[in-house]
Amino acid sequence: MSTQITAEIPEAADVPPPGAAPAPKARSGHRRLLTRRDRLTLGLMAGLPTILHIALVWVTALASIALAFTTWDGIGFDSIQWVGLQNFRELFEQNPQFWPAVQHNVIWFVVLIVIPTPLGLFLAVQLDKKIRFSRVYQTAFFLPVVMSMAVIGFVWQLIYNPDTGLINSFIGANEPGKYIDWIGDPDLNLWAILIAASWRHAGYMMILYLAGLKGVDPSLREASALDGAGEWQTFKNVIFPTLRPTNTVVLVVTIIEALRAFDLVYVFNGGAEGTELLSILVTSNIIGESSRIGYGSAIAVVLLLISLVVIIPYLVSTFRKERRA
Amino acid sequence: MSTVTVARTPVRPARILLHLFLAGAALAWLAPLLWAVYAAMRPYGETSEKGYVSWPDTLNFDNFTNAYQQSDMTHYFVNTLIIAVPAVLLTLFLSSMVAFYVSRFDFRLNLALLLVFTAGNLLPQQVIITPLYRLYLLIDLPGITMSGKLYDSALGLVLIHVAFQSGFCAFVLSNYMRTLPHELTEAALVDGASVWRMYWQIVLPLCRPAMAALATLLSIWIYNDFFWALVLISTGENMPITSALNNLTGTYFTDPNLVAAGALLTAIPTLIVYFVLQRQFVSGLTLGANKG
Repeated sequence: MSTQITAEIPEAADVPPPGAAPAPKARSGHRRLLTRRDRLTLGLMAGLPTILHIALVWVTALASIALAFTTWDGIGFDSIQWVGLQNFRELFEQNPQFWPAVQHNVIWFVVLIVIPTPLGLFLAVQLDKKIRFSRVYQTAFFLPVVMSMAVIGFVWQLIYNPDTGLINSFIGANEPGKYIDWIGDPDLNLWAILIAASWRHAGYMMILYLAGLKGVDPSLREASALDGAGEWQTFKNVIFPTLRPTNTVVLVVTIIEALRAFDLVYVFNGGAEGTELLSILVTSNIIGESSRIGYGSAIAVVLLLISLVVIIPYLVSTFRKERRA
Repeated sequence: MSTVTVARTPVRPARILLHLFLAGAALAWLAPLLWAVYAAMRPYGETSEKGYVSWPDTLNFDNFTNAYQQSDMTHYFVNTLIIAVPAVLLTLFLSSMVAFYVSRFDFRLNLALLLVFTAGNLLPQQVIITPLYRLYLLIDLPGITMSGKLYDSALGLVLIHVAFQSGFCAFVLSNYMRTLPHELTEAALVDGASVWRMYWQIVLPLCRPAMAALATLLSIWIYNDFFWALVLISTGENMPITSALNNLTGTYFTDPNLVAAGALLTAIPTLIVYFVLQRQFVSGLTLGANKG
């Protein structure tokens, strides 16, 4: 790589770049050298992907907002009727599934951030100790992250099935009268699914933290050890504070995962009572028997607003850092 | 320093304890999968008679072959290939172009552009699905897709995958391209190379490591997609394997042993990719995260 660079620099020096300015200004010098054809190429290169992305992601997101204030049966545009806040009123006041769904999404996040996330951090710290077989352990913990949520749902069904599953077979609760219905019982099923979700999440967090720990300056650790700090003190006072960027990413990823949770629940029990989620409610308004476009969009808007509360501050801080860099 | 290493050579009890803990935890982590393998390798007759928690009389791969043949899994794997290969290539192609523009030409728009792409990638899919579903039903493509619409077609799935995933890739690649020395492209420009040549012959080859990592990551993500195909494909026959699994269960996979076999067969390609390209996968995942 370096030979390529040095080979080209002398030629560049023959024709002095406009202004011969330091790096930031030379960048705008890029523009002055562009031919009309180059500008066209650049326009297409940036334009085509942007149009595709905006059309399919942002226009549809905005359309969700617009449709949330209407009713529409989907047949022809004439039948779109403006109904103001009616969809939202109905959603907040009459839908028996809405508030449980919001609650379950919140529980999903809280469980993920309280149990598998610290566990992932703990595993990462242990595996970062230049320990033998580290790769083998990592592979085991990370394996669930590679598999699809759908497959994970099926695998855990084999454990939770009241008749044939591992748990009930093992504790003898698979006979009539003694059933523990891990999948159907509304008091149990959310927690059962969350164990499966945590199983996957811990490995994901472990990898993110391992990458974060690799970036920690080893001399910090040495200095702390020389000062006589114990392992826990070093971690608490030296390592953890330097993991702040990773913690931000972990927090954002966990919130987004909690909002996106869908596949696992859909496969597990179709979002039956006890496991309703906002994503499930939106989807059942499309592929369910009653397709209510405006109403489904209103639920999507709630989901969008919650997401934006997380996404916007995260991106603003990320890009502010970029600009400074 | 040398005294420290000498002191560390004898195995300390703490290390043994740590290994015991990690080995135990790793086994516990693999247990659900091993259980699925165990169930899949036993004949249904035997498990229904003796129960699932029992010592095996026979262990074989019959459930795997039956699950594969009865449900014609090849067909669904081909469906997945038809969707995933173009989607991965197109995503990398388009997002690298955006990244090239954003990282090499300091126009005022670039920060906003990257912001739009990244934010779009973080949205839950359900936020956009209702209008997207309607849009796909509205777009007529007679003669281009089998269904005559964008709905229920591989093309439709490719497009949404590309649109959705290019956000993440553009972000990662633009960060990567920014680390390439500016002299590279400047010199080429002064030499009179076109913008396209700069992108195709200078910048892109240097991005190979990042592209490889992203390609691995994207392949697994797109292979694992369940939601887009569930909503945007109506004909069971047209579904990629991951989404088809849900239909096949109950129709062809009639007992838990077959379900286990079917689910494991579906997971095999991702596991192969993971074991072969583990480093690519992990570095792809953390390329985006490290920058936060």
